[in-house]
Amino acid sequence: MTADGFFDALLAMLIVSLACGALYSRSLYRAVVFFIALGLSLALVWARLSAPDLALAEAAIGAGLTGVLLLSALKHQAAEPLRPMRPSFQLLMAVLTGVTFLLVLTTVWSMPAGMAQVGQLALNSVNDSGVEHPITAVLLNFRAWDTLLELLVVVLALLGVRQLKLPNDRLPVAWPLLLAWSKLLAPLSLLLGVYLLWRGADAPGGAFQAGALIGSGLLMLKLVGLAPTTPWSHWGIRLLVLLGSFTFLLVAMATDVFGAGWLTYPPGWNKALILLIEVAATASIALSLAMLAGSDHRELNQ
Amino acid sequence: MTDVQLFVGLGLLLWLLGLHAVMTHRHTIHRLIAINVSGSGVFLVMVSLASRGEGVDPVMQALVVTGLVVAVCATAFALRLGSARQQSHDEAESPS
Repeated sequence: MTADGFFDALLAMLIVSLACGALYSRSLYRAVVFFIALGLSLALVWARLSAPDLALAEAAIGAGLTGVLLLSALKHQAAEPLRPMRPSFQLLMAVLTGVTFLLVLTTVWSMPAGMAQVGQLALNSVNDSGVEHPITAVLLNFRAWDTLLELLVVVLALLGVRQLKLPNDRLPVAWPLLLAWSKLLAPLSLLLGVYLLWRGADAPGGAFQAGALIGSGLLMLKLVGLAPTTPWSHWGIRLLVLLGSFTFLLVAMATDVFGAGWLTYPPGWNKALILLIEVAATASIALSLAMLAGSDHRELNQ
Repeated sequence: MTDVQLFVGLGLLLWLLGLHAVMTHRHTIHRLIAINVSGSGVFLVMVSLASRGEGVDPVMQALVVTGLVVAVCATAFALRLGSARQQSHDEAESPS
């Protein structure tokens, strides 16, 4: 077995044990901590599978933001005992999932090797897209529809959370070391985020990774009480949350009315339009994610 | 066994472990963790399949980048929904 294969096998074992810890741990707090560790190890897997874009996004979103969300939800939970289902039911489910596993595994392993045609097509026409990095080209040019709808999903999630009655409690006072670290880390995350956004044209990075990173910096400041409040009632906050979707929709409508069709960028304008959408989307994603995870009753409901 | 096969198997295993836990747990947060684990399994299968050929399939990877953001938004909404339910439950039990 080569060194790479050994590392992969170790990583796979680590992930299986972390997943079992997250899923079958008796205490919820322990399950959440296992889950955060699982997210970080998955970022390593993405790096091994030559998907650095995903590694960046997973480390910021999967491990960071989801962890904060779960931990803050845990705080509001009453100490509800974890009542497991009947053992016979659990066994039945285990047998069912085991059979499914074998069936799907044989199907997937026998799939033909090689890339799907659409991926090959995307790789071949990257040069016409206006950016050099294939994933950014797919996200903002070839499959821009997906990205537009995704931005709308982010807005919808925030609107959905607004409709609920949020718990109204104050955050505990942050201890000095946390305050000092946040003051150091938050500007760094902003700097790194802007760098990722800029690099996204020809290297791993882009609007989502940048937005997630800047959003986690903002969230950190919110949690230690250093960030200014971002009340939904302020028009500037609403504008910033909607900016990404609005810019994208405006570009789409302009290309439809004056150009070749919905989201078909006119030649020569590619780079400028993609950059415009990316900057607007980064700002919206950063603020929306920070508000989704860190805003309370006073900011969202009033 | 190549590393692609290893990671496809791992992704399927995560997916099914998560599925099993969704069905056998009762607690909201525990179930949401399970859904997220099985979602990560699906992403893992997709990305492993994307790196089968000569290069890396950018369409699959871009789909997963989109999926990660959608997953965290859905989790945020579901968690808030769960704690709102808990809150109304508490208020109904102890009217103050």
